[in-house]
Amino acid sequence: MKKKKTFKLLAALCLCVAVLYLLQMLLMPKYMDESRDGALIAEYYDNTGNNDVIFIGDCEVYENISPITLWEDYGITSYIRGSPQQMIWQSYYLMEETFRYETPKVVVFNVLSMKYHTPASAGSSDQREAYNRMTLDGMRWSSSKWNSILASMTETEKQWQSIFTYLFPILRYHSRWSELKQDDFTYLFQKEQIGHNGYLMQTGIKPVTAPHMEKPLVDYTFGENSYYYLDKMVALCEEYGVELVLMKAPSLYPVWWDQWDAQMESYAQEHGLKYINFLELVDEIGIDWNTDTYDTGLHLNVYGAEKLASYFGKILSEECGIPDRRGEEAISTLWEEKTQAYYDQKQALESAEQQQGE
Amino acid sequence: MQFTSFGFLAFAAALLLIYYLIPKKGQWMLLLGASCLFYLWAGTEYLVFILITVLTTYAATNIIGRRLQQQDAYIAKHKAELSREDRKTYKAKVKRGNRIWLIGCLVVNFSVLALCKGLLIQPFRAMAQDTGLDFLTLGLPLGISFYMFQSMGYVIDVYRGTVRPERNIFRLALFVSYFPQLIQGPISKFSLLAPQLCAPHSFDGKEVSFGLQRMLWGYFKKLVVADRIAVAVAALKGSEFTGFGFLLLSVFYAVQIYADFTGGIDITIGLSQALGIRLPENFIRPYFSKNIAEYWRRWHITLGEWMKDYIFYPISVSQPMLKLSKSARKRFGNFGKRLPVYVASVATWFVTGIWHGLTPNFILWGMLNCFFIVLSEECAPLYTKFHGKFHLKDKAWYGSFEILRMFMLMNLIRVVDLFPDVGEYWHRVGSLFTTWNISLLWDGSMMKLGLTGLDYAILGSALVLIFSVSLVQEKKGSLRALLQTKPDALRWALLFVLFVAVVLMGSYGIGYNASNFIYNQF
Repeated sequence: MKKKKTFKLLAALCLCVAVLYLLQMLLMPKYMDESRDGALIAEYYDNTGNNDVIFIGDCEVYENISPITLWEDYGITSYIRGSPQQMIWQSYYLMEETFRYETPKVVVFNVLSMKYHTPASAGSSDQREAYNRMTLDGMRWSSSKWNSILASMTETEKQWQSIFTYLFPILRYHSRWSELKQDDFTYLFQKEQIGHNGYLMQTGIKPVTAPHMEKPLVDYTFGENSYYYLDKMVALCEEYGVELVLMKAPSLYPVWWDQWDAQMESYAQEHGLKYINFLELVDEIGIDWNTDTYDTGLHLNVYGAEKLASYFGKILSEECGIPDRRGEEAISTLWEEKTQAYYDQKQALESAEQQQGE
Repeated sequence: MQFTSFGFLAFAAALLLIYYLIPKKGQWMLLLGASCLFYLWAGTEYLVFILITVLTTYAATNIIGRRLQQQDAYIAKHKAELSREDRKTYKAKVKRGNRIWLIGCLVVNFSVLALCKGLLIQPFRAMAQDTGLDFLTLGLPLGISFYMFQSMGYVIDVYRGTVRPERNIFRLALFVSYFPQLIQGPISKFSLLAPQLCAPHSFDGKEVSFGLQRMLWGYFKKLVVADRIAVAVAALKGSEFTGFGFLLLSVFYAVQIYADFTGGIDITIGLSQALGIRLPENFIRPYFSKNIAEYWRRWHITLGEWMKDYIFYPISVSQPMLKLSKSARKRFGNFGKRLPVYVASVATWFVTGIWHGLTPNFILWGMLNCFFIVLSEECAPLYTKFHGKFHLKDKAWYGSFEILRMFMLMNLIRVVDLFPDVGEYWHRVGSLFTTWNISLLWDGSMMKLGLTGLDYAILGSALVLIFSVSLVQEKKGSLRALLQTKPDALRWALLFVLFVAVVLMGSYGIGYNASNFIYNQF
């Protein structure tokens, strides 16, 4: 009798948890239509295991480099673990998490986020919280996620109970039930793949018309916290025998100050790392600011991203020794599918752009 | 730590688990530890205030207790030698000494309370800051009005000899600081609460389940109703809402304070029940009252009883009152006979008013209550005559009319809470007779109060549910006991739906300004 009652209780509990989980899935933003970059982090878990290069960073990575071009031109398998305004501590914990799934040969980290040393330094609390969600909600439960949450919470969230809303997002999105759209039901169980190995494609063209100006800073020194996490990245890569490459993507703004560049140069030299500032190589890469950006220089469009990948691929294969895997049948088949999907979307987007233009 | 925070839920869950896992003799110490932690969470600086209460209460009650013990021993020893008169004289002498200790303890504690409340008022606050006493302007220590009244009630009971003093200071500290009731009561009697706090408690599935169910109901009222309607209450306080807008404010505020206060008490009583501790009820469906006296027997019951036991009765039967009664009876007849009761009522309601806050609106609130209670007493013969002639009480609708009348009257009195400027309150009351703007119900004004159509729909449905549950409780008693007789699946399904409603429709987290419980501020 007692056994039966316990069984019934357990069954009821499981049912309740299942219903709550389903509700959570329904209420969480799907990022399929708007703010699509919010979907990128979670997509990684279906693409683990065979990536020789992992790119880590913010939109300067996931919108500026095309992994498909790297594959097509050099046979390099790569994945971008990027999310909007990804902070350096988030990059570190994403790197830590990635090493649980695979050990790449090279990790490339985009250094723009060095300029943010605390969550508060990266904009308003509301905006920061929204970006945090886009990075953290997509991560699977792990100690890396836990630590990333603790490091990322904004000043207004710095009550330890806020962590529950990251662990159980239903507590954050509970009131979204009044705003549910068709997408929330369509993508309840299965989402569409938004990225191409973490790359978010943009085909629009919006040329640079005027130089971007920013006010000079009072102090150009990167914060201690930024260096703390960069040191951790170096140590982690050493531990796993992975080469760490630092890059600065060729985005015209936010401005990458010379003083920042000098600090990165000296850090890389000190730690024996490769540091490439692609802003200085724009002409060599062949980027044309009239055709290769979709937002006047903030990000590259797909044409610019392909050019950058083509240029960077040479460095990765020649200087970092990343092998050409086009000869491996299983991998080749998989990447052919990815390539097909990439060109299908490119064509669809170009057609849409053309129609819009007409 | 707010009751509505995730932190509190985790804290309560961990406490419940450990409470039933550790040896029973350690349970009360765990509760004390948890209470200290809960209090420290609110701010370490507040600890000094509660410590003053614990130490002075302990000292006064133990000295008074020892003196009473010595008195009994002396009388027992010299029984044969002492005449009745000698015994009386001796007892009076001991009592005089005890009274000094009692008054000393009351003065110290109520001075602390008055200081804390007074420093919330701007002129005193500014004065304290100017004189370098700004360390005193911390804000109101958590639950001070509640633990203070509970402790002082205990001191008076010891003085009266109805309760033996607690010799263990840690057990006394637990009685003073027991955390579930620290925020908003109920104000418990030592004789009822203290033995339960220190008694061993075995796990009782039904009690724990009933306790958790009650907590869930409390969260529903607080998060779905009180915190949702709070936005509209704040908007309706705006000066443009006169006439019907003011009436609407009084109704909305009635809903808010009911859901807020009873919700908080449900959480308190529910958690205590899960811990095996029964706290006194503080509300018995007060909005079903038909007259003001009944209302005060159903609303904030424990405060009412405290005032009755420690203010009203002592004043009513004091020597000066007895003298007043005698002389007034000669002059005014029957009214004179009732005069001491009315004087005691005025004093009681004055104290009740300032217990809520040292601002004129709370004093006015107390006096208005007193006025209507006295008026209703004085008019009682008239009512009897009226009903004898018209037999309205026999009509089915009359009961509902009485309830509605009482609801509206109490709303108009209660809403003064929101107007520290008493002149503004009277202006709004006056506007009820001069401004006829019922059209704001349909002219779009309702949608400018910070609530959407969906919010109104949720509020409406929640109120229908609360009303239905109250009706069942009024007619059939405990709903949880009633549900217990239903099939498990149905019961659990209903509770799960309620839980999901709280999770989805609760006003918490980002996008909502989680409100403190209104009674936190008293």
